[in-house]
Amino acid sequence: MTLKNDDLQKINELIEIMKQNDLVEVEIKHGDDRIFLKRRQPEQPTVMAVPVAGANIAAVPIVDITQASAAEAAAAGQTQKNNLALIKSPLVGTFYATPSPDSAPFVELGSHVDTQTVVCVIEAMKVMNEIKAETSGTIAEILVSNGQAVEYGQVLFKVKPD
Amino acid sequence: MFSRILIANRGEIVLRIIRACHELGVEAVAVYSEADRDAAYLQLADDAVCIGPANAAESYLNIPRIISTAEVMDVEAIHPGYGFLAENVEFARICRDCGLTFIGPPAEAMELLGNKVRARELANKVEVPTAAGSENAVEEEQAVKLANTFGYPVMIKAAAGGGGRGMRVAHNDQSLRSAFAAAKAEAEAAFGDGSLYLEKYVVEPRHVEVQVMADNEGSAVHFFERDCSIQRRHQKMIEESPCPVLDERDREKLCEAALRLIKEAKYVNAATVEFLLDKDKKFYFIEVNTRIQVEHPVTELVTGHDLIKLQIKVAAGEKLNLDQRDIKHTGCAIECRINAEDPKNNFAPCPGTITRYIQPGGPGVRVDTHVYQGYTVPTNYDSMVCKLLAYQDSRADAITTMKRALGEFVIEPIKTTIPACLDIISHNLFAKGKVDTSFVERHF
Repeated sequence: MTLKNDDLQKINELIEIMKQNDLVEVEIKHGDDRIFLKRRQPEQPTVMAVPVAGANIAAVPIVDITQASAAEAAAAGQTQKNNLALIKSPLVGTFYATPSPDSAPFVELGSHVDTQTVVCVIEAMKVMNEIKAETSGTIAEILVSNGQAVEYGQVLFKVKPD
Repeated sequence: MFSRILIANRGEIVLRIIRACHELGVEAVAVYSEADRDAAYLQLADDAVCIGPANAAESYLNIPRIISTAEVMDVEAIHPGYGFLAENVEFARICRDCGLTFIGPPAEAMELLGNKVRARELANKVEVPTAAGSENAVEEEQAVKLANTFGYPVMIKAAAGGGGRGMRVAHNDQSLRSAFAAAKAEAEAAFGDGSLYLEKYVVEPRHVEVQVMADNEGSAVHFFERDCSIQRRHQKMIEESPCPVLDERDREKLCEAALRLIKEAKYVNAATVEFLLDKDKKFYFIEVNTRIQVEHPVTELVTGHDLIKLQIKVAAGEKLNLDQRDIKHTGCAIECRINAEDPKNNFAPCPGTITRYIQPGGPGVRVDTHVYQGYTVPTNYDSMVCKLLAYQDSRADAITTMKRALGEFVIEPIKTTIPACLDIISHNLFAKGKVDTSFVERHF
């Protein structure tokens, strides 16, 4: 089955959206229609799956995806660039997102941090170590969850710099 | 038996311990620094945790990080391997205080035997011969006085030292004085303790050591001796068992002496008691290594016992269940340590990526290594890449097999000590077993 021009255009739009938002995988299903795109590395997206025979990609509501990603992008304060600062664990221990079990987390997605902001606590041998952001910006991603064991150098947060 | 242990080390010994663990049904957690992130042996561990950047002080020597890893990974015991924290009394204590079993001796026994002066005292107490030496740590003036009493040459040694470091030979008052200050500074820097003691230097000695193992019910056995006279700058290059010049009677005396010392120290787990053998076959106690050693496979080959498994079992509280009569010595095993060093350039270290690696094999060959084609030898740690062993019924046959194996071994393009090992193995004095610790420096 050959792809129609419309389909190709949709795929290209999808690829652009992926690049802009640094997405690695996108899967869209609409009834029996499905498209799956996976980027091997930035700037080189590869179409891994061909739509089901007879499917009409043009029918897939890409508009929804665009809106969703735009909304997410706005929430995270992302721009077109991909230069996120990484907050890595300086210790081996247990990650805690909150100062105590009942309190609110130190930071959330979209929280603004500066170099002295405590972003989490890592417990090592019963000692609670406060981890500072050491960078200024907005929390774009939280890669670990409360109570998770973390190793030295593990990325905890990604921060979009100011 | 433990269900999960952590291995606080890197390289070939980690792989060795992982193998023992897996055969015992124990899970192994490995730790690694950023320099070792891509090492393939980590894939064989049940879990691997990054504990720090390349430099050892912040990773393999970093006690808080290692203990923290042990806690989050929920292990019951830690095997320290050799080197790094294996003989660190504080680490052994901290493990115990944190409810982790340290796979090795109790901290007290390690501390007692780790201090060379106290170990000598203990040896004298149980009639284990020691070379004439100072009763305690000495200052320069005392050293000169004692040296003139024993007679030169003498050896200045760090009380807190070991592993061949912090040692100097002096042949007269002048060289003793000049060596003294330097040795003190070296000892302070390397071991955090500048105390020195003096020993009469045994001329052209053989280095012969006895492998022992004790359980925590007071039972102890020996696994015979290893001759490690082939050394360069006090670092062993080639080891073998049995010692080619010991007769049965001397062997028994030596091994019994080692056991007496270990029992007196209330030692538990594996240790090696080191002696010097002089030309008249008289032996003198030098020091105890309170850990498993690099050259343990030599003993495994001639006795058929798995020393690492025994270490783990003893630490898990099992009785040794071995009678000295059950431990037999058969055949001859030789080990060549292969380092990433250039023998033609004063053994300068040669880190780098191994692009071609072909390991020897066939009957009588054992290879203990963590390296493989594509592995990059890091710059940050010691240069040993491999232990090559040959094992046959007779020493002559073991030498033949070792020559063959060294000839087959390809490690390129980094330089290694394979050619140096081959030269030594092929030397007629080595073939006759007529070597001592000065052999390498004199002939190569």
